[in-house]
Amino acid sequence: MKGATLARLQAERAAKRPAVLLTRLSDGAQMLWPGDDMPEALVEASKAALGSEEAGNVTLGDETWFIHPHNPPLRIIVVGAVHIAQAMAPMAAPLGFAMVVVDPRRAFASEERLPGVTLSTDWPDEAMAALAPDARTAVVTLTHDPKLDDPALDAALKSEAFYIGALGSRRTHAKRVARLTELGHNAEAMGRIHAPVGLNIEAITAPEIALSIMAEIVAARRGAALGAVRPIPGVAA
Amino acid sequence: MTHNDNAEDILAIAATWKAAGEDVAIATVVETWGSSPRPAGSRLAITKSGKLAGSVSGGCIEGAVADAARQSMASGAPQLLDFGISDERAWEVGLSCGGKVKVFVEPLS
Repeated sequence: MKGATLARLQAERAAKRPAVLLTRLSDGAQMLWPGDDMPEALVEASKAALGSEEAGNVTLGDETWFIHPHNPPLRIIVVGAVHIAQAMAPMAAPLGFAMVVVDPRRAFASEERLPGVTLSTDWPDEAMAALAPDARTAVVTLTHDPKLDDPALDAALKSEAFYIGALGSRRTHAKRVARLTELGHNAEAMGRIHAPVGLNIEAITAPEIALSIMAEIVAARRGAALGAVRPIPGVAA
Repeated sequence: MTHNDNAEDILAIAATWKAAGEDVAIATVVETWGSSPRPAGSRLAITKSGKLAGSVSGGCIEGAVADAARQSMASGAPQLLDFGISDERAWEVGLSCGGKVKVFVEPLS
């Protein structure tokens, strides 16, 4: 790989733009898409690879090209710099997520409480407008405070966020649904909200709840079919 | 990053090593069959001095890939390596997982 090619690819990744590295396996010649001129078949293969997030080979005549997509990182926007957010933070990066925590309460949203996490102390409506959640973003509200959670959920429902979760009991959620309905969201939109948030693993402590939320986000990302309970070996039904 | 299967940015590490004056090669899984432990796109960065970052298998073929990488650094030419149970070398290097994997090794120039 030429140093110049590596630098271009790293610049695209640093700018959070999708990029595809194409390598001719016979001699190591390389191109980047978008950017370099290439046959239409390789452009199509590049787009397909970004969509599927799978690297693979494409044969063009007697040449084999390795098509290597580099999508920008997945994001998790967490509203509420609370104990559960603190427990989610160290799990996010190894799972491939960049985590952003939004909390206008500066006592909560501190570098000390959340080292290495991107923090926003803007109000959630402003923060969400700036962060612009997309189809590679998960949004989780954890404050229990409608003043903070509702604007974030409102913005999330207007976005293509692949996962939306809201902390709170079923009763809390029923009230929340009523408020969001008043804001103009329909039943289909309500169905996008995972509430109570997280997989049901009978979580009690903050790290357990964080684990259940992260597991549910991964399941949503991977398209896992949830809901079926696995029988426990040795336990009679 | 493909699959986002690893938070480590192998390309960034490779660039840092190169900038520090090391000879560097990058190995990438380009094709897999069966139960290969790492998907296509997984990377391993190698220096002539023996540093490794990332992985292209569960640890079974990294040694052989590093040897090939040192050849590529010396010659300047990339190589396409084949590992699998149908390959004699696979037994030598111990790809016991039953999978097959192709790894492209290229020097960073």
